[in-house]
Amino acid sequence: MRNVAIIGIGIIKFGELWEKSLRDIAVEAALNCLEDAGTDRVDSVTIGCMSSGLFNGQEHLASLIPDYLGKNNIPATRVESACASGALAVRTAFLEVASGISDYSLAIGVEKMTDVSTGMATYALASASDQDYEAFHGITFPGLYAMMAKAHMERYGTTREQLAEVAVKNHQNGALNPFAQYPFTVSRETVLNSTKIADPLRLLDCSPITDGAAAVLLTTVEEAKKYKNFPMVIIRGIGSATDTLSLNQRKDILEMVAVKKAVQNAFKMAGKTIQEIDFAEVHDCFTIAEILVMEAMGVVEPGNAGPATLDGLTALDGKFPINPSGGLKSKGHPVGATGVAQIFEAVSQLRGESGKRQINNPKVALTQNMGGSGGSCVCHVLEVK
Amino acid sequence: MNVPKHWREIPERYRMEAGKCTKCTKILFPARLVCPFCGNKEFDKINLSGKGKLLTYTIIRTAPEGFEDFTPYAIGIVELKEGVKVMGQITDCNTETLKTGDQLVAKFRRMNEEGKTGMIMYSYKFVPDLGI
Repeated sequence: MRNVAIIGIGIIKFGELWEKSLRDIAVEAALNCLEDAGTDRVDSVTIGCMSSGLFNGQEHLASLIPDYLGKNNIPATRVESACASGALAVRTAFLEVASGISDYSLAIGVEKMTDVSTGMATYALASASDQDYEAFHGITFPGLYAMMAKAHMERYGTTREQLAEVAVKNHQNGALNPFAQYPFTVSRETVLNSTKIADPLRLLDCSPITDGAAAVLLTTVEEAKKYKNFPMVIIRGIGSATDTLSLNQRKDILEMVAVKKAVQNAFKMAGKTIQEIDFAEVHDCFTIAEILVMEAMGVVEPGNAGPATLDGLTALDGKFPINPSGGLKSKGHPVGATGVAQIFEAVSQLRGESGKRQINNPKVALTQNMGGSGGSCVCHVLEVK
Repeated sequence: MNVPKHWREIPERYRMEAGKCTKCTKILFPARLVCPFCGNKEFDKINLSGKGKLLTYTIIRTAPEGFEDFTPYAIGIVELKEGVKVMGQITDCNTETLKTGDQLVAKFRRMNEEGKTGMIMYSYKFVPDLGI
């Protein structure tokens, strides 16, 4: 297997982009990526997108996106694993390069979510749960995570204030991110008094509906030596795992087995441990999700993520910064783009290009992107040379 | 939603039919072709009791399409006495006093209707188990 480096990253400002279409935002992010890389060479494309069929009535992105990118006639693949589609696209592009099938492989993550009503968007997102045995009964994604939040509060004594702190912290970071959908701070009181969505979760516990796209260009470490604009960022480890689709089928709804295994697999391949990670971008689709993921990744013991967050462990200047980008909460969550946007942030931080939200001299980053209520998870370990 | 999509789930939704693995005796709901615990492919058909206790729940305030008229409604995970965990709505209860650990029992209820086909969908919902 060949070693793989990231030589280009591109993103667009996330938000409600009424004037732009699905193809516009995917191509814009890809062009930004190629400009960043300083090369136009693309041997293959992988597109991560959860549900352009339900959001836009458009499938067959493997033809559409390369065509509008001006890269017709090359092999292209669309991958889907709900909200983990983005990281899965990066993983697929990694395998293209590592295996020797492609020398330059482009991964694009995209989701255009505001072409439909909120009700339809909720329906499309709920298709990442078990349609016949969860969604049929009227559950929503906030509802699934609300059940986990309630169980966490009852088992470990996690408080509403601790959950709110995840949102407060991520908005503090997002306020410094020019690409964020909601680049402003929120107070704990604002989170605690926001509209009830699914008890105990409120509006500001939830990531928003977002249009967005991001792209990364991968090549071999040997090839990457030709590009000297930035310090080289190498993908040291990839890890992927799955779990039951239905939350109720799990042995313990508070143990995110897919996350645990994906992280372990990525660490094993990279030859790293959690102690060697300088910061992480994680899947905070809801405040409780960041708490559960911290515990599954081994940042803290189960039950300790709430107090640790309140103590500032995961703040930008904390011992283990999480979501310097603002996370899904503040940056926005265009589902298929999220995993690629996490890689964008990780590379940007490792290169020292993150401006006001820059972490002090990080060397190794972990990204964690998951689908649904944790039915799938894809992780990457990145290191700057 | 089209008719066959609901119709083929009727054994599970109306009668709580489940599969009992003939090898490891684990009960699977809904039934499957392969036992995820032992890999066996043979099952006996059984009907679940519908009786169990509430493991966790939420009150839905913002509902998905088709459920807007029911808010706020309770939905949770119930562990049946057969050891199977099932998701379902909890009705005929005071959502303010509902709590984890409550004893519940499944009842046959109207779930929803679909506008285009005029189909009325029924399924189980859980209610407090008063022992009657």
